[in-house]
Amino acid sequence: MFLVRDLVSPRTWLAMTSHLAGLFLGLAVMLFFVIGLSLGFSLLVLALVGLPILGLTLRVADWFARVERARIRLMLGVPIPAWPDGIRAGYRWGIVPRWRTLAERAAWGEIGYGLLRFPVSAVAATLSVSVWAVGLVMLTLPLYNSHLPSGGVTFGDMVFRGTPTMAASAVVGLILLLAAPQLTRGFAVADAALARWLLGPRRDLAARVIELEASRERVVDAAETERRRIERDLHDGAQQRLVALAMELGRAKAKFADDPNGARDLVDQAHAQAKEALTELRNLVRGVHPPVLTERGLDAALSGLAALCPVPVDVHVDVDVRPKSSVEAVAYFMVAEALTNVAKHSRASQAKVVVEGHGYPGTLTVMISDDGIGGANAHSPGLSGLADRVSGVDGRLSVEAPSGGPTIIAAELPCG
Amino acid sequence: MRIVIAEDSVLLREGLTRLLTEAGHEVPAAEGDGEKFLRAVAAHTPDAVVVDVRMPPTFTDEGLRAALVVRDRWPDVGVLVLSQWVEERYAIELISGRPHGVGYLLKDRVADVSEFLDALDRVATGGSALDPEVVAQLLARSRHPLGELTPREREVLALMAEGRSNSAIAEALVVGGGAVEKHINNIFTKLGLAPADRDHRRVLAVLRYLGSG
Repeated sequence: MFLVRDLVSPRTWLAMTSHLAGLFLGLAVMLFFVIGLSLGFSLLVLALVGLPILGLTLRVADWFARVERARIRLMLGVPIPAWPDGIRAGYRWGIVPRWRTLAERAAWGEIGYGLLRFPVSAVAATLSVSVWAVGLVMLTLPLYNSHLPSGGVTFGDMVFRGTPTMAASAVVGLILLLAAPQLTRGFAVADAALARWLLGPRRDLAARVIELEASRERVVDAAETERRRIERDLHDGAQQRLVALAMELGRAKAKFADDPNGARDLVDQAHAQAKEALTELRNLVRGVHPPVLTERGLDAALSGLAALCPVPVDVHVDVDVRPKSSVEAVAYFMVAEALTNVAKHSRASQAKVVVEGHGYPGTLTVMISDDGIGGANAHSPGLSGLADRVSGVDGRLSVEAPSGGPTIIAAELPCG
Repeated sequence: MRIVIAEDSVLLREGLTRLLTEAGHEVPAAEGDGEKFLRAVAAHTPDAVVVDVRMPPTFTDEGLRAALVVRDRWPDVGVLVLSQWVEERYAIELISGRPHGVGYLLKDRVADVSEFLDALDRVATGGSALDPEVVAQLLARSRHPLGELTPREREVLALMAEGRSNSAIAEALVVGGGAVEKHINNIFTKLGLAPADRDHRRVLAVLRYLGSG
């Protein structure tokens, strides 16, 4: 049934139009490219005049590629992503290609498609049109065969006539006609595949772009969440304590004249409040970014975390070369988050932090384990925030927390 | 005592100067950066210096480096380093060259004036003063197992590492002097350290043990 439907389906006729249009556009583009490239390269040797000519050719190729991507999306229904702008070298003064542009896979893919467009369309259009035409003629032959001047179609000395021959012609014509749309569309699929190969970014690159877009979004979200947390901590902690401190000092001031002892008690309290506020601010700053991490690296910074954890923590750091600061920060916050969980939920008696990195750029491996009750939920805000942070530096996080323990949180962070 | 101060925040510099003069000390110079501070130390040869870790121009560990210069060039000058954050690593850098006459405290400790003056006194007279937070980090990072120690002995070890004398430990734990001595002997035996009589040698042994031993 679909064979009959395809005869009149818009996709079939869009594909046919596309092949026919490709004949003309393809011829023009091919001529332009051949002239542009040969002029450009030959003048490149003689004088630098060739460079702008090459640039113009490549720019036209860009423009052509854009048109072709649109054509293939509209007529053949295949979306082809463009190469991400960021990785293309581009042009100086709008026309002179940078050296890197001349070696670009993207640029030569576009030129290549431009050169192939005409031959491909020529084959596709010729074969499609022929099959359609022959099919139509053979199917309708019985209707007018006997009216032809020679009494039938002649092929050399042979003259086709008679019911069996006509029936055979009609059957073959029908088969050809039903096959014609499939052929037309088959060429379109091949054309689209060729375009996908030459005009689109490499598949892994396209996938990577999508993945990066998603991870960038998550990192921005994570940063926003973090800012809110800091705001809340400041507001609920240090700020409230300072308000209380100012209040107590105010009360003490009022009391000094009549009740020196009461005033002294209040000053004592205010003193304690001030010290608490300092401790809170210090811990908050450590949570934002510990100065020692920047100045002395991971090994030194993790001591502070280990000491803050109520569960005894064994820290082992073996890193040859300091990774870049973003990776160090992720490793640090990963340990911080994991040790917070150890302290809050694990009921562990012992925890272990192992950080290893060998070679350069290499990979930094971070592992935090404890002997607690396990059962951590990888989708909890803390752990999923951690996963976002890790993916932000292209790392991989794994959480193993079977109910009953032990819990192992590990990550591999590329340092390059 | 004569004390030279290096602290870049005007508020704290003035506050520290006032606190020390009120306590009967003399402050011949209080400077805002490392270079001026070192010149002042050379000019006044004080009994002790109080140095902030973060100072201009880099605002990283300028003060610590200035403190290390004082420690190496003027062995008789007590060096007390103050910081907004204390880190075990800086403490080890400070202690490793000369474990006596040095101190490393959180800036907050200045708020407890008498304890602060006490620590400064210890540092100026060749003792040591380590912040409890640093000691906690050292214990967490100890390269030796401390599992054999009883909780009480761990407490005593921590106080020893802070640089406190037997009587100060006894006071802090509200026990008698004899009990403290017994704990200390147990600790030394369990950790396999040679018994040492003088306070600072004892601290040295403990720190060596915890830090780099």
